[in-house]
Amino acid sequence: MSITIEKINKAFGQFQALNDVSLDIPEGQLTALLGPSGSGKTTLLRIIAGLESSDTGRVLFGGDDVSKLHVRDRNIGFVFQHYALFRHLTVAENIAFGLESLPRKQRPSKQDIRQRVDKLLEMIQLPQLANRYPAQLSGGQKQRVALARALATQPRILLLDEPFGALDAKVRKDLRRWLRALHDEYHFTSIFVTHDQEEALELSDQVVVMSQGKVEQVDSPTELYARPDSRFVFDFLGHVNVLSGVVKGQKLTQGDAWVSLPGAKSDQEAQLYLRPHEVQLSRTANAHARLPLRIESISLIGSEVRIELQPQGWQSTELWETGMSHAEFASQNPARGELWYAVPNVGHLFFEDSHQPKTVDWHYQNAANASNM
Amino acid sequence: MAGHNRRVGDQPWVRRSLIGLALTLTVILLVIPVVVIFTQALSAGWTTFAGNILDEYTLHAIGLTLFVALLTVPLNLVFGTALAWSVTRFRFPGRKLLITLIDIPFAVSPVVAGLLYLLLYGRNGWLGGWLSTHDVQLMFAWPGIVMVTVFVTCPFVARELIPLMQQQGSEEEEAGVVLGASGWRIFRKITLPNIKWALIYGVVLTNARAVGEFGAVSVVSGNVRGQTNTLPLHVELLYQDYNIVGAFASASLLAGIAILTLVAKAFVEWKQSSSESPAPEKGGV
Repeated sequence: MSITIEKINKAFGQFQALNDVSLDIPEGQLTALLGPSGSGKTTLLRIIAGLESSDTGRVLFGGDDVSKLHVRDRNIGFVFQHYALFRHLTVAENIAFGLESLPRKQRPSKQDIRQRVDKLLEMIQLPQLANRYPAQLSGGQKQRVALARALATQPRILLLDEPFGALDAKVRKDLRRWLRALHDEYHFTSIFVTHDQEEALELSDQVVVMSQGKVEQVDSPTELYARPDSRFVFDFLGHVNVLSGVVKGQKLTQGDAWVSLPGAKSDQEAQLYLRPHEVQLSRTANAHARLPLRIESISLIGSEVRIELQPQGWQSTELWETGMSHAEFASQNPARGELWYAVPNVGHLFFEDSHQPKTVDWHYQNAANASNM
Repeated sequence: MAGHNRRVGDQPWVRRSLIGLALTLTVILLVIPVVVIFTQALSAGWTTFAGNILDEYTLHAIGLTLFVALLTVPLNLVFGTALAWSVTRFRFPGRKLLITLIDIPFAVSPVVAGLLYLLLYGRNGWLGGWLSTHDVQLMFAWPGIVMVTVFVTCPFVARELIPLMQQQGSEEEEAGVVLGASGWRIFRKITLPNIKWALIYGVVLTNARAVGEFGAVSVVSGNVRGQTNTLPLHVELLYQDYNIVGAFASASLLAGIAILTLVAKAFVEWKQSSSESPAPEKGGV
């Protein structure tokens, strides 16, 4: 069932939690609501569920306006951040709760309910824990039970509020993979709230980035990472290296640092955003960029060597960061304290007057000697 | 660790004299008076004791006291639960003030409370005049006794529930509503089991206070033997009549109720702490 959100506004006293939010959630997809705390993502999820009412605007499920429909009648599954399992009921009773709450006419027989619960326990791989109480479960097990409970009435929409927020890293990874597999098998429409970019990008088909009660960008994970629409999305999604400067003589300059920008108008301020993988390190400056940096730290753990760098003769609010393959690291042998030059391949340029970035590709320029949009 | 974990300054004589002092004070202030009540009540033998208890006026006082408690406890159970629910589940202007107002009966001396009720509902009171023209008498009759008892005991249930319900939050109830449960089903299946022991604890305390209340009741009851005399008032009347043994016999009943209350309170506290982590053998559908 697709979900449409039309011009939702919501204020808590003076605080505008949601500001004219419109959104389309396609049927059968796993969508992430991603944003920092206070961006309104949980409020939006609760409005979709009906746990919170919007001041203005509509929510539609499969084209039907459900804004006036009580939570009870929306037939959605909701997984709470802290699981919200019923502490005085066993795992099996928790899972059966939704089925037993159905109106008498629709309610399955006691035996059918028991069978359905057994099947769900199989699905979450915890049949041996049917008679345990929530207090006797680990965090990961609680989350699975919460999911089974939400799915028991076979809702066509599943909403999850920070589903993995309270779990440790290892359990998180397992559960993520498991949720993805579950979603691919049952194909309900799911929305989950998260503040973890990695989680959003890894798990979802579509990511909605939110900030200060507004939708910043809606895109597939690949597009979102490769082509952020705004500074906010850039900053929020992973590390970014920034050179702020002034354009002079077709170069963006600050202190001792510059990069060439053929065709750019002079005397305007601009910021160049570079992802760690869009920058390489070299012992010498080259023809299109001179970005001197001193190696601050080297981290060898992981599939790539991560290097943090301190600008030399120019300023950046945060350290620069780049990666290098272990093979390259072995041959180049960079060491802490050495002076290196960053060489950008592709960059994203924000001018003062524009919200959206302009992509610059120096590889292409070097080959064709022309600017590339 | 087998040895003593002694902190600095915890010399044996400090420890021993502090424990000794606490024990001595407990014995002098608490144990001896309770023992005295029972020895005095029984000083003239079991037959006299039974005679004192089975006295017509004493029986009436017992009846009235139980009757008042029987009305007060359910009233405050409903009132306390509703109050705790509204201040922990809803946000509204004046919520903080309401939480503070709940404590008024604890802050105000019961005698003052009794006088206030007399001023409002007595024959010459603000509402009393209107009430008496309609032939309703609240003061110097059992309704007045119930009213002041309800007033004096109304914080107990709410005070037990509010911190617990605040701590538990409303997520479980929200989960219930999302799963399609009706309001009544949510209350019965989710809220009530979660607050059960706190509720019982509040009831035990309410009952103990309702049975033992003296000050407020003595102002509004009029102390008519066989009509508006509760057990605590009856003790005083007997004492003023120089019927010391009779007074202590009635007092021993109140003391007995108090001891039962303590036992019940200890039991509920124990259940409350163990219900935080239900034992495995409790399981099974």
